[in-house]
Amino acid sequence: MAPTSCSLCRDAKAILKRPKTGQQICKNCFFFVFETEVHHTITESELFKPGDRVAIGASGGKDSTVLAYVMKTLNERYNYGLDLFLLSIDEGITGYRDDSLETVKRNQQQYDMPLKILSYDELYGWTMDAIVEQIGKKNNCTFCGVFRRQALDRGAASLKVDHIVTGHNADDIAETVLMNIMRGDIARLGRCTSICTQGEDTIKRSKPFKYAYEKEIVMYAYFKKLDYFSTECIYSPDAYRGHARTFLKDLEAARPSAIIDIIHSGEAFEVKEEIKAAQKAQQTCKRCGYMSSNDLCKACTLLEGLERGMASSVITDRARKNMDAMGPAPDNIRTIPLFRSTPTIAVELPSQS
Amino acid sequence: MAGTMMIKIVFSGGLELLFGNERNQSVLIPPFVPSDNSTHSSLSSSSESSTPSSYNDTPSTGETKAADLEYLIYHLRDHLLKERPELFMENGTIRPGILVLINNTDWELEGEGSYQLCNNDEIVFISTLHGG
Repeated sequence: MAPTSCSLCRDAKAILKRPKTGQQICKNCFFFVFETEVHHTITESELFKPGDRVAIGASGGKDSTVLAYVMKTLNERYNYGLDLFLLSIDEGITGYRDDSLETVKRNQQQYDMPLKILSYDELYGWTMDAIVEQIGKKNNCTFCGVFRRQALDRGAASLKVDHIVTGHNADDIAETVLMNIMRGDIARLGRCTSICTQGEDTIKRSKPFKYAYEKEIVMYAYFKKLDYFSTECIYSPDAYRGHARTFLKDLEAARPSAIIDIIHSGEAFEVKEEIKAAQKAQQTCKRCGYMSSNDLCKACTLLEGLERGMASSVITDRARKNMDAMGPAPDNIRTIPLFRSTPTIAVELPSQS
Repeated sequence: MAGTMMIKIVFSGGLELLFGNERNQSVLIPPFVPSDNSTHSSLSSSSESSTPSSYNDTPSTGETKAADLEYLIYHLRDHLLKERPELFMENGTIRPGILVLINNTDWELEGEGSYQLCNNDEIVFISTLHGG
C-alpha cells in the first residue's frame, strides 16, 4: 500500500486512523488535535479557574499517566495557572499496586509534580491483602471501590486541593452508560455522563478525557514513549464490567463512532424529577463526618463489618440491619481521618536533579 | 532458506503476560504460507525468544499465499502464545481492544490482516484492555 499523507497537514505520512472521525493523520497533527480537544473539553466546561489546586488521581496506568502529561502540557501552553499534584492511593495489593506506585514515583520526577501517596492501611487500618484474607475474593471489589473513592477525597483534602481530575476516558463512560441501562439504574444513568460531579461536601471531580478514545490515549502514550504500568488487578476483576467492555469493543470494531454515540445517548436521557428525588437526602456520617445518605457512611459501615468479623454481610441494607441487631458497635472502632483541617501538608517534593 | 523473513514482534500494555512476559521477540516467516493459515506443516524448531522459530521448507501441499499479517497472527498464537489464546484472537483476527502497529503505523492504514510482510518488519501489539 502506498503511504497515505496526513489529511490535516497534507504533508507528513499518516500514522493513525482516528476512531472518532476516520481521519488519517500524522504524528505531529495527532499530538496537536488530541491535546487541543482535551483543552476544548476543559474550557467549554469551565472546569478550572486560575489559582486552582488540582490533584491528578494517578495509578501509574495508561490513562492517568497520559492525563498527568497532558495536564502539565496544557497548563503551561495555555497558562491555566493551576497548581498540579499527583495523588495516588495505595490499596495494599502486593505484586500489583506496589509495582504501579513505582511508576507513579518516576512520573513525579519526569513531570516535576509533588506526589502524595495515601494508603488504605493508614486510613482504614486494613490493606486489600488483609481484607481479601478475611472475606475472600467475592465482593472484595465493593470494599476496594468504596475505600478508593473516599481515599481520593480524603487525600485531596490533605493536599487542600479544590479539584480532583481522573483519567476516565470515553470508553469507560460509554461502558458505564451501558451498565446503568442493563442494571436499570436510571438515577445513576442521569449522572454518569456529567463531566464534573460535586457532592455536598466532597471535592469537585472531573474527567477531562471524557471524549478521548482509549485507542488514542494508548497511541499517544506509545508515540510519546510515556512510562506507564499495565497489569490486571490480582483480585477478581469486575466480571459484569468485563462483559460490558467486551461488548463495547465489539461494537467499536464494527463501527468506531459507537463509543461517542453511546455517550451522546446517555447525555440525552432526561431523568424524571421523581426518580432524582428518590435518592436519599445527604447527611454527614455520625462517626467520621464524611458525606453519607445513612447514619454511617459506606466506608465506616464496611470497616465496622470487617472489625466485627461480619464483613461479607454488610453489602446490603438488610445485612446492615442484621449487624445492628447483633448489638451496638464496639467502642474501639476506628474513626477514619478526614484531613479537613490538617495544618501542614506532607508532600514528597521531587528531589533536585 | 532463501527469502525467509525476520519479523520483529513487540508485545505491550499487558499483552506480554500471555507471551511468557517477553516484550521483544522475533520470528522467521517463509515468503509463502498456506492460504488456510495452517502453521503446523513445516515447523522445525522451538520458539524461544532468543532463537526464532524457523522453517525447513515452504509448504508443499495445498494453496499458498504471500505471507501476510493474518498468517503472522496465527503463527504467534500457535508458536509463541503461552496461555489463554481467547485473549489474543477472536473470529480469525486480533481481539478487539488490541492495537496493532506495522513499522510504527496504525495497521488500519496498512490493510490490517491483508498487509504483506517484508523482511525486518516490526509489528507492535498493545493491549488497551488492562487497568488504567
